[in-house]
Amino acid sequence: MGLLSWLVFTPIVGMIVIMLIGRDQHKLIRNLATFTTACELLLVIAVLAKFDLSQTGMQFAERALWIPQLGVYYHLGLDGISLIMLVTTGLLSFLACVASFGIRERVKEYFALYLLLETGMIGTFVSLDLFLFYIFWEVVLVPMYFLIGIWGGPRKEYAAIKFFLYTLAGSMFMLIGILALYFASTPHTFNMLALGQNQFALHFQQMVFLALFLGFAIKVPIWPFHTWLPDAHVEAPTPISVILAAILLKMGTYGFFRISYPILPQAARWFGPAMGILAVIGIIYGGFVAFAQTDFKKMVAYSSVSHMGFVLLGLAVFTLTGFQGALLQMFTHGLITGALFLLVGVLYDRAHIRDLNSFGGLWVKLPVYGGILIFCSLASLGLPGLAGFVSEFMVLLGSFPVYRWMTAAACVGILLAAAYLLYMIQRVLLGSLNPKWAHLKDISAREIFTLVPLMILILLVGVYPKIVLQYIAPTLEALVKSVGGTLA
Amino acid sequence: MSALLSIPFFGSELILVVSFFIAMALDFAFSDKKWVAYFTLAALALAWWFGPPAGASVRLFFGSFVWDPVTHFFKGLIYGTIGLTVIASLAYEQIPGRIRGEFYMLLVALALLLTVMGASVNLLMIFLAIESVSLTSYLLVGFQKFDQRASEAALKYVLFGAVSTALMLFGMSLLFGITGSIELSIIGAHIAKLDAASQTLALIGMLFVLAGIGFKISVVPFHFWAPDVYQGAPTPITAFLTIAPKALGFAVLARVFLTAFPFFMAQWATLFSFLAILTMTIGNVLAVSQHDIKRLLAYSSIAQAGYILVGLAAPSSLGLQAILVYVIAYLFTNLGAFFAVLAIERQLRTNDIGAYNGLAKRNPFLALSLTIFLLSLAGIPPLAGFIGKIFIFASAVKEHAFALAIAIALNSAVAAYYYFKVVKAMYLTPADSAERIENPMPTRIAICITLAGTLAIGIWPTVLIRFAEQALIVFPAF
Repeated sequence: MGLLSWLVFTPIVGMIVIMLIGRDQHKLIRNLATFTTACELLLVIAVLAKFDLSQTGMQFAERALWIPQLGVYYHLGLDGISLIMLVTTGLLSFLACVASFGIRERVKEYFALYLLLETGMIGTFVSLDLFLFYIFWEVVLVPMYFLIGIWGGPRKEYAAIKFFLYTLAGSMFMLIGILALYFASTPHTFNMLALGQNQFALHFQQMVFLALFLGFAIKVPIWPFHTWLPDAHVEAPTPISVILAAILLKMGTYGFFRISYPILPQAARWFGPAMGILAVIGIIYGGFVAFAQTDFKKMVAYSSVSHMGFVLLGLAVFTLTGFQGALLQMFTHGLITGALFLLVGVLYDRAHIRDLNSFGGLWVKLPVYGGILIFCSLASLGLPGLAGFVSEFMVLLGSFPVYRWMTAAACVGILLAAAYLLYMIQRVLLGSLNPKWAHLKDISAREIFTLVPLMILILLVGVYPKIVLQYIAPTLEALVKSVGGTLA
Repeated sequence: MSALLSIPFFGSELILVVSFFIAMALDFAFSDKKWVAYFTLAALALAWWFGPPAGASVRLFFGSFVWDPVTHFFKGLIYGTIGLTVIASLAYEQIPGRIRGEFYMLLVALALLLTVMGASVNLLMIFLAIESVSLTSYLLVGFQKFDQRASEAALKYVLFGAVSTALMLFGMSLLFGITGSIELSIIGAHIAKLDAASQTLALIGMLFVLAGIGFKISVVPFHFWAPDVYQGAPTPITAFLTIAPKALGFAVLARVFLTAFPFFMAQWATLFSFLAILTMTIGNVLAVSQHDIKRLLAYSSIAQAGYILVGLAAPSSLGLQAILVYVIAYLFTNLGAFFAVLAIERQLRTNDIGAYNGLAKRNPFLALSLTIFLLSLAGIPPLAGFIGKIFIFASAVKEHAFALAIAIALNSAVAAYYYFKVVKAMYLTPADSAERIENPMPTRIAICITLAGTLAIGIWPTVLIRFAEQALIVFPAF
């Protein structure tokens, strides 16, 4: 078994072990789950260390025939795009697992489902066979439904089923697209790399692109398919919101990078302007709606819609800088928004309320929390020197020569981000202290532990983005060449 | 092949005939009827063991039956379904003790009759087989004869059944009148040579035959009996009825339409497309508002018939393969779901979905297995239902029947909604009582077998696909 198989199946092993433990052994279960996610993180680091920067193709490939009649292979592999998502998944899964220590009810079920979720996510990012990809993609849905539905907030049942049905409907169309590709290729194959070698007719490409687009767009989510996201984010427990924002949303944009673009390049270029428009609408719409929120968590959720719009804009422009910005934004948004959701959770655990207007002057009582919140907010609004700035700047730089007006409109989104984040800081941290919150305790050591790695990376990528770009640049260069974009 | 030469290929059936009478004797001899059940299982095993070799392809009894890989495939399906039904019904206490012996006897008879139904290749045998399967089913549906709902179900079943067999018989007589034969292959060869007027008449005969078979597979608009019958019948019989007669209905449908009416393929494929879309949509939409889990699964099984029909609506070798793969995946999944329902009904005496609240606490194993079965019905990977669904999808996409594919996609989302209604009750809603729900040994065994099947097909579908391929070698690739 190769390194990637270990990565995919270690959480399953952890899940089975947890299912065999008595349901009252909360501490043991928590430790086991943390141990498993820590092992995953170490495996990711091992992959990172062995990754060959000079190569553009797939590394760590594993291939075994699975269903011969359909030509389905158990086919795993890794390039720069997968690698960056793998790092995000490994890191955030571990940190969110530590952040899950606050879960008190049905602990055994929670961590078993959590580990199943991790297998699904890792599998999605490393499979190179469309059939396998689809299976992992769907495997993610079921634990997510339970994690929102059992441990969520007051409207958890509605949010959970809405998330599930939305994504399922999208992925059914994706399945039709996948099968259409299978039957159109000669010889019939689900292999993503082999499908990329086929030259499909433009009309066929457009139809398949649309089918896949439905699946991916709902996941991202691209405006107007975003309505499940605020519900799911607000109702989900904190660690699950982190996973949703940092990893699940990226599965959608990853799908564009891995499947739609390499296999259907002409259709992708044909749809480029439309995607750009949707991206800009998402950026501005998400910004305005975030600005209007009084619920802290909902504000961060809508800011995700806005920030994911930048990823889509970078994807829409077909320049190397745009692609790099988009992929880097997927990474940095995972770090920053993950951290922001954790911070929302820290406050909610203490105050049991998320209404922004009811806070005020908390910085006096929670100085450390206040400092971290300001750091992460500044990163999110794109302060130079922090990670968010680099990725959004690259997206805008890449899109400017292609779509000037769209770029200009997208800049409004950055302005809006500054507005809603600073307004949030003003309402939560500044002003006079509401006496109701005089008893609040500052952030605990465990909570700081979950945030510090994210903050270090945010700063590191902001100051020296090459540490990430060096991994993704060769792969993206090859991708830009194959889809006929400009190498600028 | 003459009668005498045919006998060796009829070994299993002869064993079942003898077993039927032995079961009758055992029923008199033992007051504890579980011995009859054990005997039934032994008889099925014996009959399977002494069956003819799988690879042969011969016509028996002067062309009435055919023993071919398709027959073999469906024989396995029938014996499996009945065996599992017998095991699970050991735990079902709602049937009065003194008629339990007859219950198992009738199931042995059904094993025989259904096999004959799958093997029939002329109109007369098809009619007799369908009719006798129906008669036995009526008896089993009304088995709790002191229960008003069961009686209503049985009566409804009889009336609907009688009308549709009459229609079918009328259609068959038309076909015989025009072609002068009751053999499917001869009818098929004749129709192509007829003049236009007679061909129209043959087309009408075909539609009437479809009405008769449509009743068996509960395809819209012949589905009205299904919810009431499935709700009123004893739960193990409901489980059985949603699988075996339905699967065999599809076997007959495929045999009749591919052998006798290849000439009208364009027409019936279009017709089946409409029926498939109607059936899955109506089944799923009506299932959404159900509060009784047996009714919910009944409507779901109507919808599943719509999915299976896609295999014929986009006729190809892949479509036929899809039907076979789907029915086997569906066998394990749907039987399992009904067995879990049975275990819960046994203790709580209700099938209301509200009774499932907090089942995850009251019996985690039952809740988990029922969830897996429902996920499999919804087509979530890596479970058996997903493999079935992907074959159905593939057969539609391969023939460029995108309207069908989109209909399946939309229907899957609707279906997931009501399957998750049950999942929600089990996991998300707190229990009304903390009392544990017992899962007796027979249902536990039956659920474990079906669960293993559901998971195994999902993770390692190669074996099942190979079986389906081997079964179809008698049909020319097209």
